[in-house]
Amino acid sequence: MTFLGMPAGRGQLSGERPFPAAAHDALNDAQLRRNLGAATATIRAKRAAVVGELPDWEQLRAAGAAIKDDVLAHLDRYLLEFEEQVTARRGVVHWARDADEANRIVVELVQQTRSTEVVKVKSMATQEIELNEALEAAGITATETDLAELIVQLGHDRPSHILVPAIHRNRSEIREIFLREMGDVDASLTDEPRALAEAARRHLRAKFLSAEVAISGANFAVAETGTLGVVESEGNGRMCLTLPRTLITVMGIEKLVPTWTDLEVFLQLLPRSSTGERMNPYTSMWTGATEGQNFHLVLLDNGRTATLADPRGRSALRCIRCSACLNVCPVYERTGGHAYGSVYPGPIGAVLSPQLTGVDANASLPFASTLCGACFDACPVAIDIPTMLVHLRSRVTDAKGATPERAAMRAASWTMRSPRRWTVALRALRIGRLLRGRRALPPPLSKWTAARELPEPPRQTLRDWWRSQ
Amino acid sequence: MRVALFATCLVDGLYPDVGKATIALLRRLGHEVEFPLQQTCCGQMHVNTGYPREALPLVRNYVDTFAGYEAVVVPSGSCAGAIRHQHADVAEQAGDARLAAAARDTAARTYELSEFLVDVLGVEDVGAYYPHRVTYHPTCHSLRILRVGDRPQRLLRAVRGLDLVELPDALSCCGFGGTFAIKNADVSTAMLADKMRNVLATGASVCSAGDASCLMHIGGGLARLHTGTRTVHLAEILAATEESA
Repeated sequence: MTFLGMPAGRGQLSGERPFPAAAHDALNDAQLRRNLGAATATIRAKRAAVVGELPDWEQLRAAGAAIKDDVLAHLDRYLLEFEEQVTARRGVVHWARDADEANRIVVELVQQTRSTEVVKVKSMATQEIELNEALEAAGITATETDLAELIVQLGHDRPSHILVPAIHRNRSEIREIFLREMGDVDASLTDEPRALAEAARRHLRAKFLSAEVAISGANFAVAETGTLGVVESEGNGRMCLTLPRTLITVMGIEKLVPTWTDLEVFLQLLPRSSTGERMNPYTSMWTGATEGQNFHLVLLDNGRTATLADPRGRSALRCIRCSACLNVCPVYERTGGHAYGSVYPGPIGAVLSPQLTGVDANASLPFASTLCGACFDACPVAIDIPTMLVHLRSRVTDAKGATPERAAMRAASWTMRSPRRWTVALRALRIGRLLRGRRALPPPLSKWTAARELPEPPRQTLRDWWRSQ
Repeated sequence: MRVALFATCLVDGLYPDVGKATIALLRRLGHEVEFPLQQTCCGQMHVNTGYPREALPLVRNYVDTFAGYEAVVVPSGSCAGAIRHQHADVAEQAGDARLAAAARDTAARTYELSEFLVDVLGVEDVGAYYPHRVTYHPTCHSLRILRVGDRPQRLLRAVRGLDLVELPDALSCCGFGGTFAIKNADVSTAMLADKMRNVLATGASVCSAGDASCLMHIGGGLARLHTGTRTVHLAEILAATEESA
């Protein structure tokens, strides 16, 4: 299945190596395994506690899914309504078909202000399009103001989690990064969380007070009023959204909700699913431009329309970026986010990234799951990720055409569709008894025997035993 | 009740004792059990590896084989899950509405073993005797597709002589995942290592589960490391008696 005429997503949405190769290295990083194991276990427990205390959690999930499905089914109408409302309140709306176009628009907007420094609110959309790199190429310095994003930026690193971008780092690593990269830091800095946060606070305060331009993403956008919303924990986002003269927001076109009252559902679902809090500390909402300030909004497609075109894949666009699925995923917990190559890692990344880029550019991600189903259970908007992964696997195999694997699957199907051929094949399995205790088997069986014994075929199959009775 | 056993391809070819145990157990509970020789495979491996069209003839064969039975018992949460969750969908994707309807009908009469015992037959004490310390891994598809809950543990608690010890972090996947075990062998092994660590921490001599596939993976790892801990399918424990001990 290909969707002609719709722009494919570009930017940081796929890795240089297939998932199994990248995962191999991550698995051998003992520090990473410890950091991730401890962090995901903590968030899992917090989420389970606050989700468990809501008697209507399942109804909330169903409502969240239904609202998002309505938005996706009528996206054309809601987007135009939203644009009209933002424009009426002195916001300027720009449409970007892909990452390149969005970056060009933002760079030009910043250049028009003659500013060479911008402060940023934590945003997945701008990570997706690699906006910081585009700004840097234009001589503009962007400062991430979310503590974890700042750690990642100062470490010349990449985010490895949607909500907790520096989850792969522990506090002693963070101290080293601060001492090395923060010009204004006290050399006696300890690795106490309070001390680290205070160092970041001092570092950022100067940026907030001098910046002329801020760039943000958006968690939600209300079509009926043209309102945008950002939820966060630190208050640094609110500094960016209010202090600078110019605000530029980059938002994926699927972030809409129809009405203000729909936020009631999502502001319950999101904090409980993401940080395991009943309420997030800061919720900032703004509608158009404030007196004396400029507001620009960039609406980003970057593969979202193509995703919408697949009826079996489109519900991935319900995602509200809570990352509950990452925290419960046994694969993510062991490999971390970098192995996925995309800014969207974990189970949601494995279904979203290949759809945004087209499956050719991300052919290994749909297979990066045991289909254990923990992600579906945790998802606050009930995205059936396992079923979608299976669907995307078939898109990958269709795109690959004739392969040895397809030939093997066809042969197995041909054998198994006939009880007679199957009976003969099962008897032939007994030859496997000769392999007893052997470990140096040819691929792909070598992948099994590297860590596990092969089962020894029995002398008699079940069907032969049944016949002999 | 006219009950058929769908043994699954894995049990038929590699673990016939699981099939024999299921038959013995159901007979002991007073039911006629048939093993229709037309059965082959549910097609889950094809679907989950990305080949739904190649699974279509297997879905058709399953539906044809079991159409006439009041109940089909499957000693596998994963295969029962595939039959319920995937069969009609595979037929629909292929544009075969009639097969989809028939598949839905057959799937509604298909039960995983612990579901059949507890929900259909209404028994928890099946009269088994198994004097061993056992820990139970509740497999993912039993839990999250079929929602069998604690039915297997309720059955095990009623087994005389059996000491059931709780498995730490039981809800975590063992890392098998079908072709995942080959395609992502390193991650699969890392997950297996944690599952084995938890199994060994219980001090149990037997790790049981309702899926021969997950047990092939867990047992293959336990055997490779010469841990001395065995894997035994739920059906084999429930079939065991004083006479067979």
